[in-house]
Amino acid sequence: MIEAHGLVKRYGSTVAVNDLSFSIRSGMVTGFLGPNGAGKTTTMRMILGLDAPAQGSVTVGGRSYRDLPAPMREVGALLDAKAVQGGRRAFDHLLCLARSNGIPRSRVDEVLRIVGLETVARRRVKGLSLGMGQRLGIASALLGDPAVLIFDEPVNGLDPDGIHWVRTLMRELAAEGRTVLVSSHLMSEMALTADHLLVIGKGRLIADTSVDEFVRSSSQHSVHVRSPQAAELAALCREAGATVRAGSTAPAATAPVPGPDAGTDPDVIEITGMDSAEVGKLAAAHGITLFELIPVRASLEEAFMELTRDSVEYQAAGATR
Amino acid sequence: MTGATIARTGPDHRAAFRPATFGDALRSEWTKLRSLRSTFWALTVTVVLGIGLGAAISAATAHGYAKSSASGKLSWDPTALSLDGMAIASLAIAVLGVLCISSEYSSGMIRTSLIAVPKRGRVLAAKSLVFAAVTFVVGEVTSFAAFFVGQALIAGHAPHAALGDPGVARAVVGAGLLLTALAVLSVAAGTLLRHPAAAIAAMVGVLFVLPGIAQALPGSWGNTVNEFWPVLAGGQITSVYHAAHTLQPWPGFGVMCLFVAIVYAIAWTLLDRRDA
Repeated sequence: MIEAHGLVKRYGSTVAVNDLSFSIRSGMVTGFLGPNGAGKTTTMRMILGLDAPAQGSVTVGGRSYRDLPAPMREVGALLDAKAVQGGRRAFDHLLCLARSNGIPRSRVDEVLRIVGLETVARRRVKGLSLGMGQRLGIASALLGDPAVLIFDEPVNGLDPDGIHWVRTLMRELAAEGRTVLVSSHLMSEMALTADHLLVIGKGRLIADTSVDEFVRSSSQHSVHVRSPQAAELAALCREAGATVRAGSTAPAATAPVPGPDAGTDPDVIEITGMDSAEVGKLAAAHGITLFELIPVRASLEEAFMELTRDSVEYQAAGATR
Repeated sequence: MTGATIARTGPDHRAAFRPATFGDALRSEWTKLRSLRSTFWALTVTVVLGIGLGAAISAATAHGYAKSSASGKLSWDPTALSLDGMAIASLAIAVLGVLCISSEYSSGMIRTSLIAVPKRGRVLAAKSLVFAAVTFVVGEVTSFAAFFVGQALIAGHAPHAALGDPGVARAVVGAGLLLTALAVLSVAAGTLLRHPAAAIAAMVGVLFVLPGIAQALPGSWGNTVNEFWPVLAGGQITSVYHAAHTLQPWPGFGVMCLFVAIVYAIAWTLLDRRDA
């Protein structure tokens, strides 16, 4: 539904988006992921015709956005929930937008109900809380009941209840067969919402893959083992072709609280290149006692950081982990 | 807040939607204009200043008529006098016109607007047309009211004008037209400069500062600027008495319209080309 071919956008000498091509399908939530400054918003602005690409093109349903005969009926977008005039009542704000695309007034009441803002419809926009403002923005995207929805960081400013609501909404919209593109710089958020991922860093496409595949391919699955015969097991694993390194007391992902003796423990090893079943069998075959045998999946967050490490725009000094 | 889910007619009805039209954009811009309180206040200020200042100037000047010089009596123009308040009231229209687009830039609303209507010329045309129409109505009402109030205050102290006198109806209608041209100019200036403060400053410069400087310029320089500076040339349409070194009413107004058209064309082109 959304097709980009070789998109390039420069601001002065900065290349914000560099030769970006992708295709976003309908019926699923596509997460648009990247560190701050990676070019997510710029790309969305180009999809929506706000910025003209220096090179390349992007189409929605086969047409460039500016050529859509009834844009809001085809694409609903929320780029910045604060991009409203504060002096206008929430209802009037939506009515202005509805009128511009010939959407009936009754639909304004409808979307206000969908986002749960009907009680504050007469309030002026500047009096709305951050979360309410975000809901108003989502309401404006839903006005035209569009087949394509584009949201830039939609959960910003929402409370946990609101975040859950947005996630559910995105999933429902996709389940209805719509194309849903959601940007975020939080991998954990995308893990819960998205089916497919488009990862960019420094304006370049890093990955275009399903969420599952993304985790599988980019993380080292490892096995955490604690054994009084760790050294013996390590030798056997190396023989079997796996990589073994000294591990900390407990895998980061599972340690409830690091104990006072947290740190390297001669009895603990981390094995990569074998799964837990293989390690367990190997240990049993050689009569090695195991105290702990834990498969460790790198979290999505780690996978994401690993992937984008080289393309983080703003990095704190010394934060190279 | 409820966890309301989306329940609609479903994606099927999309087959039935019609393309958005210029009429839709007009309705949208009208809704925008009427849903902000600043519109009401600025228009109220326009009417009050236009009528009130016109009345005050008329009354004060008429009282001094008997003592004025022969040349003063020769150039006596009660129509123009009663419409003098409109020149000051035009500042309120200029500010409102500038704000109706530049406040969209300062708030970010312009992006929401351009996503809704990506044909940018359509947004600008609809915005200017709606604001020009509102200004025309308010301008003509103010102008006629100022004329009648002014003449009533002048009568008895000095010769006064009637609508049927030569050139008078044109001047009264013209004051509303001049305000309308100014409305379009201010929307164009707001589009061009995007920052409210910069655009308002530019309008004040065009309306008041440059004409003021022109008065101070010596001889032929001053005459040329007086004759052709768009706002001053356009102002001829509100006068019945024709002073030396000024254009005739309609050619003068034509110069103003040409100026507006040029600024508008630049604004249109930039809006279309710039990233929003």
